[in-house]
Amino acid sequence: MNSIKKLLGFVWMLLAPAIIFFLIYEASQKIGAATSVTKANVILQWSIILLIFTPICIGFFMFGKFAASNEYAHLPASSSEIED
Amino acid sequence: MNAEKKQSSIAFVIGASSVGTLIEWYDFYIFGMLATILSKQFFPAEAGTAALLSTLAIFAAGFIVRPFGALVFGRLGDLIGRKHTFLLTLIIMGGSTFAIGLVPGFATIGWAAPILVLVLRLLQGLALGGEYGGAATYVAEHAPAGQRGFWTSWIQTTATLGLFLALGVIILIRSNQGVEKFSAEWGGWRYPFWISILLVGVSVLIRMRMSESPMFTKLKSEGKTSANPLKESFGHKANFKMVLLALFGAVMGQGVVWYTGQFYAQSFIETVCKIDFIQSRNIMLVAILMATPCFVLFGWLSDKIGRKWIMLLGMLLAIGTYRPIYKEFIAITSASNRTQIVDLRVTKLGPLMPLVDAKDKHKMYIRQVIDTAYTDGSVFRYTITDTLIGYNELGTNRPINLINPTLIKYKSPKPNIVIEKTMGKAATWDLIWLIFIQIVYVTMVYGPIAAFLVEMFPTKIRYTSMSLPYHIGNGVFGGLVPFLGTLIVEFTKSPEHPAGDVLAGLWYPIGVAAVSFIIGLVYLTNKIDKNVMD
Repeated sequence: MNSIKKLLGFVWMLLAPAIIFFLIYEASQKIGAATSVTKANVILQWSIILLIFTPICIGFFMFGKFAASNEYAHLPASSSEIED
Repeated sequence: MNAEKKQSSIAFVIGASSVGTLIEWYDFYIFGMLATILSKQFFPAEAGTAALLSTLAIFAAGFIVRPFGALVFGRLGDLIGRKHTFLLTLIIMGGSTFAIGLVPGFATIGWAAPILVLVLRLLQGLALGGEYGGAATYVAEHAPAGQRGFWTSWIQTTATLGLFLALGVIILIRSNQGVEKFSAEWGGWRYPFWISILLVGVSVLIRMRMSESPMFTKLKSEGKTSANPLKESFGHKANFKMVLLALFGAVMGQGVVWYTGQFYAQSFIETVCKIDFIQSRNIMLVAILMATPCFVLFGWLSDKIGRKWIMLLGMLLAIGTYRPIYKEFIAITSASNRTQIVDLRVTKLGPLMPLVDAKDKHKMYIRQVIDTAYTDGSVFRYTITDTLIGYNELGTNRPINLINPTLIKYKSPKPNIVIEKTMGKAATWDLIWLIFIQIVYVTMVYGPIAAFLVEMFPTKIRYTSMSLPYHIGNGVFGGLVPFLGTLIVEFTKSPEHPAGDVLAGLWYPIGVAAVSFIIGLVYLTNKIDKNVMD
């Protein structure tokens, strides 16, 4: 099981930047296709989405990194393990 | 304290916490449910800046301010205590909701209206971000060991019951007043906002009688509370990796299942299947009422067999059955699957009317209403609005003669057809069952999650640590289901298929739930932490 956890960790590490690139690509497509009337609104929508998803994807990358370095091989059984 | 007294004390804790949380959800939902009217009153479509403010109100409240509220109030809850913090969130939420109902429309005070509403909506998002974590933590810290899932599941019913209450109040007022009166500047749509102050007042009084969580009181008396909950929650690797695991292995999947079952489903039967406004909401109300006890059932069951497998099964069922369920929605509401009663086909032709905003007087419209009845009791209403362009013998682009409209030769390149379906009894029940199934999935993923999150984090940073993943999972991943679902359907549109694949929007919740399922399956443990005192 630990090797699966580790292997999947690399998958998450690859998936995280892929999601960011996909969102940036989509944002540029949608902003490019917007009319002059709706442009400002579309830019705002996608800016908010990118602003909120970028840290989430960074978090997802870190999750993958923790998994790849076997940090989840053992989950804490008590709070003392977390606090230390 | 004897067992009976202990039981009644925990029942009071649950009741008082749940009522407040339910009211906060009610306050948050009425804004979303009345969004169309609110945007007309406060954010007129023709004003570009108003559209920007409207977007900010909708997007920012859910996606930015909710997680931000989780950090602000989570920190406060870990520093000064649960009771005072979630009392504060309740007052902020109730006050801002009531105030939204008092803001005059754009027509009266101009730009001040959308700006005020935006600020109040952001306050709502902030308060909601702080409420849930506090209520769940507070209840869990009162619950006896071995019953944490059962007792916290009552808190879990509040989001759904808040939706139920909001739907019920809006339908009741709208049915009594009629659409026109309800939608006027000072019309009935304001009543749900005003009602909030009464509900919040009662809830504040109840909450003030509550005492602080026993675990937090103990920590405080021993001087062991956290000095910097944000740093300890997200700056220490050992805790931060658990925050990430909670988010990606459970709450992210739970969020999309929650929003699909309770919001996307309603939007789908209304906008894609074209079910009548009132009937679609009644269907939701009945399905919610039938499924709500399952929150408690799965919360209780999670105490017996663990949280993990119930939540993962809920996600797996959602992944596997969403597309068949939504296909069935289309089949049930389709005209091709029923027999028309030809004798009962009624066509009403409205008068010829000038287009309200047409500067050129040669444009008119005519409205035709066709009611088609079917043997199963369903009635499909087609309202066809045709634009007429004058081509009379005096020449093109001349004003249409209203007195003698037969002279008009007209062309109507694309008549606007609005379909409203009122389903017969059997079809209505089929729809109710299909939504009920989806809400049962919601209860499976959501019922045990408060206990699951509480058990993941230590008491001194619990409020902060569990609030952030909860509000990112629900506010961001869940809240984006309608937006990203619609976006995916847009990808499938082509000149050959202008409507696109209406089921394609489901790939977003299915995809997110699938990733969350895999992470939960591989990384989570099913062990119940009996001691949350540490």
